[in-house]
Amino acid sequence: MNKTIDRIAWESLTTAVPVRRARVDAAQWRAFTAAVRDAGGRLLTLWASDVRDLAGGFLVRATLQDQQGLAVLELPLTESAPEYPTLTPTFPNTARMQRAAYDMIGVRAAGDDARPWLRHEAWPTNTFPLRRDFPAAHRYDIGTPAYPFVPVEGDGVHEIPVGPVHAGIIESGHFRFSIVGEKVLRLEQRLGYVHKGIEKRFESMTLGDGQRLAARVSGDSAVAFSWAYCMALESLCHTTLSARALWLRAFCLERERIANHLGDLGALGNDAGFAVGLTQFSLLKENVLQSNVAAFGYRYPMDYVIPGGVALDLADDVRTALLREGEALARDVASLRRIYDDHTGLQDRFIGAGRVEPALAARLGLTGLAGRASSQLWDLRCDHPSAPYNTLGVHMVSHRSGDVAARVIVRFDEVVESLRLCQQLLEQLPGGPIHSELGATPETGFGTGCVEGWRGPVLIALDNAGNIIRRCHAHDPSWHNWPVLEHAVIDNIVPDFPLINKSFNLSYSGHDL
Amino acid sequence: MLRTLFRIVRTGVVSEPAPPPAQALRQREALQQDILRIMGRALCIRHVDAGSCNGCELEIHALNNPRYNIEGLGIKFVASPRHADMLLVTGPVSVHMEVALKRTYEATADPKLVIAIGDCGADGGVFGECYASRGRIANVIPVDVVVPGCPPTPTAILQGIITAITARVGD
Repeated sequence: MNKTIDRIAWESLTTAVPVRRARVDAAQWRAFTAAVRDAGGRLLTLWASDVRDLAGGFLVRATLQDQQGLAVLELPLTESAPEYPTLTPTFPNTARMQRAAYDMIGVRAAGDDARPWLRHEAWPTNTFPLRRDFPAAHRYDIGTPAYPFVPVEGDGVHEIPVGPVHAGIIESGHFRFSIVGEKVLRLEQRLGYVHKGIEKRFESMTLGDGQRLAARVSGDSAVAFSWAYCMALESLCHTTLSARALWLRAFCLERERIANHLGDLGALGNDAGFAVGLTQFSLLKENVLQSNVAAFGYRYPMDYVIPGGVALDLADDVRTALLREGEALARDVASLRRIYDDHTGLQDRFIGAGRVEPALAARLGLTGLAGRASSQLWDLRCDHPSAPYNTLGVHMVSHRSGDVAARVIVRFDEVVESLRLCQQLLEQLPGGPIHSELGATPETGFGTGCVEGWRGPVLIALDNAGNIIRRCHAHDPSWHNWPVLEHAVIDNIVPDFPLINKSFNLSYSGHDL
Repeated sequence: MLRTLFRIVRTGVVSEPAPPPAQALRQREALQQDILRIMGRALCIRHVDAGSCNGCELEIHALNNPRYNIEGLGIKFVASPRHADMLLVTGPVSVHMEVALKRTYEATADPKLVIAIGDCGADGGVFGECYASRGRIANVIPVDVVVPGCPPTPTAILQGIITAITARVGD
């Protein structure tokens, strides 16, 4: 076992975080992933690529995180038999990623659930959109394939189908509840409704343009995805950024975290019948968005983080105003937190709802803020801090009860911590340029970027062919957390589902791609 | 409870008056009368995400915050197309959402209005048309008004809604 792993020839990449990469064989693929799990590490993402025109066959790749940093495994597969050892026994959260890899590329993990995942009716069986010879613009005309949900049988069991068009202002997806009376026996998700061919779209873009699409993988995480994309591109081109650009990126990312948490804290109050919470928090969020215009040019700075730096400098008078605003916001959040804490009815709905025990969270790889609310102590800003986080000393926020209440507490604490970071970033903002020229682009290369977004770790893996994107894989932490939500709702009542769902607030677009 | 009440009183009424320019104000006054004339008591909107990145949804949500206070104008979001006078549709239309969008449109009672929200709804945006995307909303269902932007501001969305109503009156 150890000998198998010892033979892996690692190559270090120049990135903002420590990343190593290696070609492996099937035995090393199995042994290394198991070793990472046994040492308490985790799997971040899994994806596949078509390299029939280069080395021949396909590549299935996985990014893992251990004590040393990130490790990217590349397992070559032949064109005639593109099968690889499944990772689901080691990391159960790879099941859907592996199904998606089959839908998009046609590489199959032996023994997997053979149902399609991202493919509904947009393209036929035995056709794979991310193969190089797939006609991206082709419109297939085929019927709706039936999706075999897992039936639950028994006395008094019935099903509630929900979606894809939901009742609120929310993204599209389908939930199939099997219930007895009010109680949820089983939830099965069917996602993929907002699949719009993002990864195929990347392949017709230049490296510079890719950031605009990356920012729109999941709009609520535009800054995190932009930064991850730019980090991947900057590692590909060996580019060093100015300190000011990095500080401003971090400031923008923390504002994205604050805005999302404020919005969700209000919505969580509302979902528990406390409309005042929504009114108050949505007002605070609006204030943050309005001052984003002065800081970044837009309420939602989709294209503020650009290759080589940021798009807009921060004027000194704006910086002063933002510092004052941060102090006021901290006071407002503290005041609302007391109201939430003291509200018996609210706490009654929060406590115990949608509980994910730490052991289950560890087994299923629950990640990001939801993971930290179930004692999963991971945060890229603390694990492998890149500049400026290595100088800020981020306090990792966590809780162990794993219910809605814990996810609320984690969000409150993270808002407080992000406000502290923002004040620090503004006070210590270095001078200098906000943009650096990118270095020379290699003929072919690989770069990867990862950023702790507000929901969890966001990853981009980038292969280029000259100035064109050859393959770009975008990974949202929702991939890890959607399956855990199916567990979190078991034995809860149906009316608590919106509350539990909102406490996670997962992305559909970031998952469906 | 006391703390909550203090907080409410201290916040006061923060709703902004009509968004600039003055033209918008005039439309707003007209809107109230128009809504009363056409819709009876309120304009009911159903939102449909046909494949968005979720950015536009964030700004549609903002319409409900106390600054824009869309309900104060007699406009509210409803949970079913059966209850709706207007559809607010976001995103490029993903092929997987095409049937659902058409069904939602058909389930909405006549007369109905459709607004395509955001650059993607307007022209396909950064995603364009491909094997999985039909591009702009108008490629799938009839559209009355388009609100560009990525994402469009709440004020722009509100003006789009007002424009759709006043255009209807001019028919």
